Amino acid sequence: MPPYEWKEIINQCYSVGYKSLPLISLTGFIIGIVFTKQSRPSLATFGASSWLPSLISIAIIRALAPLVTALIAAGKVGSNMGAELGSMKVTEQIDAMEVSATNPFKFLVVTRILASTLMMPILVFYSGLVGMLGAYMNIHQNELTSFTAFFKSAFSTISFLDINASIFKAIVYGFTIGVAGCYQGYYAQNGTQGVGRAANTAVVVSMFLIFIEEMIIVQFVNAIR
Amino acid sequence: MLSNIDNKEVVISIKGLTKSFGSLAVLKGIDIDIQKGENLAVLGRSGSGKSVLIKIISGLLKPDEGVVKVLGQEVDSLSAAALQALRLKIGFSFQSSALYDSMSVRENLEFPLVRNKRDLNKNQVNEAIEEVLNEVGLIKNINQMPSELSGGQKKRIGIARTLILKPEAMLYDEPTSGLDPMTCIEINNLILKVQEQYKTSAIIITHDLTCAKTTANKVAMLFDGKFSTQGTFEEVFASKEPSIRSFYDYNFMNHP
Repeated sequence: MPPYEWKEIINQCYSVGYKSLPLISLTGFIIGIVFTKQSRPSLATFGASSWLPSLISIAIIRALAPLVTALIAAGKVGSNMGAELGSMKVTEQIDAMEVSATNPFKFLVVTRILASTLMMPILVFYSGLVGMLGAYMNIHQNELTSFTAFFKSAFSTISFLDINASIFKAIVYGFTIGVAGCYQGYYAQNGTQGVGRAANTAVVVSMFLIFIEEMIIVQFVNAIR
Repeated sequence: MLSNIDNKEVVISIKGLTKSFGSLAVLKGIDIDIQKGENLAVLGRSGSGKSVLIKIISGLLKPDEGVVKVLGQEVDSLSAAALQALRLKIGFSFQSSALYDSMSVRENLEFPLVRNKRDLNKNQVNEAIEEVLNEVGLIKNINQMPSELSGGQKKRIGIARTLILKPEAMLYDEPTSGLDPMTCIEINNLILKVQEQYKTSAIIITHDLTCAKTTANKVAMLFDGKFSTQGTFEEVFASKEPSIRSFYDYNFMNHP
């Protein structure tokens, strides 16, 4: 129902998406390098080092990028939403919106849930890309594999279903983080202690739900694979 | 100066209002009418339910029993859309000011206006904002953030934010609490100015007897969940009732 809060949705997308990029870049890159370094010796034992790009792409695209990005976002974005809305609740700013005939749920909650749901697939895609770059750098350093050869090998084992499943996971995780963060903040009570509790619970609940959802989605995707 | 009330039109009507939180009965049967243009000061001890009363009037809390009518509409039975429309006519000034701390003063005032008066163009919005900021004497603070304002300035911006929607009834929750005497006088004068210029009826929740004496046509003492006494300031404080005397004596420093 109008008025649509486009400006606030864009603000929240900026906050959830753009402001998470440095952290996502760092963790994605490190995961790519570390996973490659840890996997190499095992594959080398069987003389299968050439499978490294395929193994890494499967691990990153199917599991690591969505899961790690979601956990990082739960910590950064979920706690931010819980604390921000919780603080607004205990300082009566949400009540002030309500009595001034505006809909605080639409302005504060809907915009944040939409932003986290929309931004999470982009963050997951970006995290996967950065992770693959980290992996490539490590492989190039050790095996002198070319950029083209690495990505050709990496994507040869990735199916359309893997990419779709990752996007679906990202959407579900983004929605979960938004709902958990907003719910905890919007219903915060008992002053500053309540704000801290809201931020903390938002992260814990988001992470817990993300793991449960991961398990369910993996079961489902494997069943239709 | 206080406006004379010779109008019998009732703006806020409360009959048999009760409210409990769990086993704690806060309001135990409130009855009062506020006429057009009248300011009512509600006095009472902390935790006596004064703020609960105005939160029920504004629809933030639901009553357990009783009828609350604002401008002839029963608040509790309104649909969400009708309640929203009614809230346009009720201004609520919070004890904590409740300014949106991530928005500047201009954005705080713009927020309710652009969402409720969608036919206004940018110039009209700016004019309306400047007009109310001039009313409260804070036009120079238009681009400041709430964190940069003093307590008194925050209260005045909070009042300006309600005035921008041109309310017919005002609810002030502890408008002078935590302010120095000079700022209290400024806020009291602002309440009177609002009454005179906007022809509002108001309920002023306060502990401050100077505020009640200066701004209210009628005073009601809330004790044990009920209005124990109501009348003009002079009538109420002519009482020999110990609880009322001690309230008066403490406020006017006649205590040891």
